[in-house]
Amino acid sequence: MKALVPVKRVIDYNVKARVKADGSGVDLANIKMSMNPFDEIAVEEAIRLKEAGKIEEIVAVSIGVKQAQETLRTALAMGADRAILIVAADDVHQDLEPLAVAKLLKAVVDSEAPDIVIAGKQAIDNDMNATGQMLAALLGWPQATYASELLVEDGSATVTREVDGGLQTISVQLPAIVTVDLRLNEPRYASLPNIMKAKKKPLEEKTAADFGVDISPRLEIVTTTEPPTRSAGVRVGSVNDLVEKLKNEAGVV
Amino acid sequence: MTVLVLAEINGQDLAVDQTAKTVSAAKQLGDVVVLCAGTGCAAAAQAAAQLDGVSKVLLADDPAYANGLAEPIAQLVADIAAAYSHILAPATASGKNVLPRVAALLDVMIISDVAGIVDGDTFERPIYAGNAIQTVRSRDAIKVITVRTSSFDAVAQTGSAGVETLSVSPQNTQSKWIEDKTQASDRPELTSAKIVVSGGRGVGSEDNFELIEKLADALGAAVGASRAAVDSGFAPNDWQVGQTGKVVAPELYIAVGISGAIQHLAGMKDSKIIVAINSDEDAPIFQVADYGLVADLFDAVPELISALG
Repeated sequence: MKALVPVKRVIDYNVKARVKADGSGVDLANIKMSMNPFDEIAVEEAIRLKEAGKIEEIVAVSIGVKQAQETLRTALAMGADRAILIVAADDVHQDLEPLAVAKLLKAVVDSEAPDIVIAGKQAIDNDMNATGQMLAALLGWPQATYASELLVEDGSATVTREVDGGLQTISVQLPAIVTVDLRLNEPRYASLPNIMKAKKKPLEEKTAADFGVDISPRLEIVTTTEPPTRSAGVRVGSVNDLVEKLKNEAGVV
Repeated sequence: MTVLVLAEINGQDLAVDQTAKTVSAAKQLGDVVVLCAGTGCAAAAQAAAQLDGVSKVLLADDPAYANGLAEPIAQLVADIAAAYSHILAPATASGKNVLPRVAALLDVMIISDVAGIVDGDTFERPIYAGNAIQTVRSRDAIKVITVRTSSFDAVAQTGSAGVETLSVSPQNTQSKWIEDKTQASDRPELTSAKIVVSGGRGVGSEDNFELIEKLADALGAAVGASRAAVDSGFAPNDWQVGQTGKVVAPELYIAVGISGAIQHLAGMKDSKIIVAINSDEDAPIFQVADYGLVADLFDAVPELISALG
């Protein structure tokens, strides 16, 4: 079996996004970028499936700017076997829409024929939470989103999903798309020897044009603005002060 | 313009609050038709018919639509989509699971987590954990949207629309429901509660989290948790408030032992009144709190419970 794992290069989880003064977007120039945290979990899960003998090969794919090479090298250092980069943007500020990404991924799936696609549930930049579901629709495959547990056996995957109010377990026929949630696993750090080895693993570079897919945006970004800010209120000296304020000033209890 | 709202169904019941808030957003766009897809959910359809602003309810009742499986439900929505200018669902785990699939079946972009409607083509949505608000204009013929319910007020339940049963014959061999593990609780639902009490890493353990639950019960509140508390195993994930959890906007939000990472603030900063209790006076949560109390939570919370009792 083969697993395909899409990974996205995004602003580092610990960096606060700042809106550009001209309202054209979020400033990403000279900002620390990393692999989307959910995608790290997806890579880790694929590696664990390989270690458990369920799959033989892990292919990592990234779509975006050329610098996404670094993200793929991280995936390779963690344990992916080879990587495919689809260069589809030349400016780091250009974010491809999930529909366009899903179309490109479909083209990759068509040629690679994986048995399972394991993806992050959401990218922490555009917060769309959509690419996995869209890819599943385009392929006509079943989807198991927000996985907190994944069990792969003969021809199917049993997935426990994080849903509102608790957990849901479903079974999907392979090939399928699984999108992963936070509690599925804790991703490993790449060791230095593995980082060195990853430099020799194959990384194939393509462009969006190679696939003949229309990736023009459907959404025009009109403006990007700062959210309304909240100012700090008052410090209260005691629990009694707090209760008094909540009762008499705010009137909420 | 006619807008289709995919109702949120829990089991056989209508999730009234989330559906009513989505209808509220849909009303701004046109005439509203609600689709209830499930099994044995005729009562849910009747409940949806009472939502103000709904002109018609479509009922698709079939065992294949049980448990919110995405494949048959997305296909159903896509099959009837051509009659509508917009398709909306609440941005719940279920809505976010199904609607992107619908959008791709229709070859249109999904517009996720819409928090504001500018006009029929133009929508506001938070990005980067709410650190920016993006206004987008859609060029697609059908707009497929999930609605951030905390940004819209629920419509009243004084309507009386008709219910039309759709003739359906769904096929689904791809996915199968096995079980749900949901905890029955007498507490209000997190995303619609008037008061939310949340605990963070500072609570220290799963056992200590009972203190947060006791405070919540004293206030008739829902219980929330920061990602740090969930990751540490203090609280279940469905209590998580934040960028990757639930978004809440109650009248009163009490953050206990929560430092206030940006990812947490993304899920609660639209609350009307925010109270922070934390022993670290430099915790970022105090920068958004209306009332801040620098105190050891193990002293302050029991005192607060008895003061409210």
